Amino acid sequence: MVDPIPLTTEPALAIRDLRVSYGANPVLDGVTASLARGAMTAIIGPNGAGKSTLLKAALGLIPATGGTALAFGKPVVQALPRIAYVPQRAAVDWDFPARALDVVLMGMYRRTGLLGRIGKAETAAAMDCLSRLGMADFATRQIGALSGGQQQRVFLARALAQGAEVYLLDEPFAGVDAATEAAIVTLLKSLRDEGRSIIAVHHDLSTVSAYFDRVLLLNRRTIAEGPVASTFRQEAVARTYGNQIATAIPA
Amino acid sequence: MLSALLLQSGYNATLVAIGAALLGFAAGMVGTFVNLRRRALVSDAMAHATLPGIGLGFLAMVALGGEGRFLPGLLAGAALTAALGLWAVQALTRTRLAEDAAIGAVLSTFYGAGIVILTVIQTLGAGKPAGLETVLLGSTAGMLEVDAITLAMGGALVLAVLAVLRRALVMTAFDPGHAAMMGVRTRAMDAALMLLTLTVVLLGLRVVGLILVVALLVIPAAAARLWSDRAGVVAVIAGIIGAVAGHVGAALSATVPDLPTGPVIVMLCFAAFALSLILSPKRGLLRRFAHAG
Repeated sequence: MVDPIPLTTEPALAIRDLRVSYGANPVLDGVTASLARGAMTAIIGPNGAGKSTLLKAALGLIPATGGTALAFGKPVVQALPRIAYVPQRAAVDWDFPARALDVVLMGMYRRTGLLGRIGKAETAAAMDCLSRLGMADFATRQIGALSGGQQQRVFLARALAQGAEVYLLDEPFAGVDAATEAAIVTLLKSLRDEGRSIIAVHHDLSTVSAYFDRVLLLNRRTIAEGPVASTFRQEAVARTYGNQIATAIPA
Repeated sequence: MLSALLLQSGYNATLVAIGAALLGFAAGMVGTFVNLRRRALVSDAMAHATLPGIGLGFLAMVALGGEGRFLPGLLAGAALTAALGLWAVQALTRTRLAEDAAIGAVLSTFYGAGIVILTVIQTLGAGKPAGLETVLLGSTAGMLEVDAITLAMGGALVLAVLAVLRRALVMTAFDPGHAAMMGVRTRAMDAALMLLTLTVVLLGLRVVGLILVVALLVIPAAAARLWSDRAGVVAVIAGIIGAVAGHVGAALSATVPDLPTGPVIVMLCFAAFALSLILSPKRGLLRRFAHAG
């Protein structure tokens, strides 16, 4: 299901001077960051800092006005089969006529292709992805009938089905229950331990140290990037958030 | 009436009833994807934008010395202005105008232009414009074998394209960002969906008419959604509802003189929707009532 991961040292995602504007307002004002391979990286920053925009622009889902993004040393367009992206849950219409299993099967489109029929092997693989998130019992449930946490798990299972090497997640813990958060963290850590790279937009500053290895502090431009222990510090976080919050973070 | 339903009221009426059923099937299937991608209003604008093209096609053929009734010529004109209308909606949406306002503006402007052109044609006295106005509300009267064959071939083409593109279309409708990352060319899929819709609109001009053809796209799909939670199954059920409505509607209109076909078919589609709303196993009013009581 997964290609062996070549042992090169190129970062999972190398972003250089990325710029995005909505109208006249710059959202990303020249972001440069090198997101390490085989690590779990949190992207942290206040509302409007451009966290989601950074992911979408790096993937080419929205147009950038300047800069480049390389995945594994190649332009992102060429590396798309190695990348899985999990958008915010609110990004899709959950009343869509699809079952949990159907959504996961969408993650296998590269294997089944335009005409490809979905056979027993594909269904079994998709069920396997659902099982890893404790969702096997909900496979035939319409996605709108799932709870927010279950919907997030279905999204994760779809990403899992892609067999990607780098996972970009946009607020995977937003509005989910504690059980789902634990299940997702366990899954992401096991993916990381297999050598895959996790990059997640994250909001809860109190869990950064527990969940992540590295952190990218962002506010329209890169404030700091590096290991959590040395980078996720009061001074840098205060600079990122404009001195608003500095509790529960080591000085 | 019964004889028309059972395909026993003459060769032409039989052909027309079969043709209308095929049109309804194709429209229901395409309409499912139109609904999922939220293109219903755009489709309506496109349908209305065919009218000036029909008038211009007629005028062009008359200017070239013909009677102006040659159907492929009229359809070519219709396709041209429909595409222009679609482009206008997209161009307007790129300004600060909201999509629904852009659709409203384009739909009414193109339809108004079409009516003006048709009126000019009537007063011009050139060519043979009699019956041109049936493209508004549809009429199966005077349909020929060639019309039924056109419907059959066009419907088959639409269904073949849908069969190939169905997964890519569903993925584009559900989550275009993810679809693009999976290698689906989402812009091409949107263009393909609009082309399929245009084909259904052109096929439906004679039978349902351009004012109401959007109903044949939207209502069977909305009714079918009440019966299944799987996109593929919804599409097939929508096709069946559209086919039955098309068939029965054409038969009815062949029996009752001067009854325009389009409105009859639309009312039958609505009847199917109303029944679905009451009887649907998961979302039906009956079930809700039973649970409340």
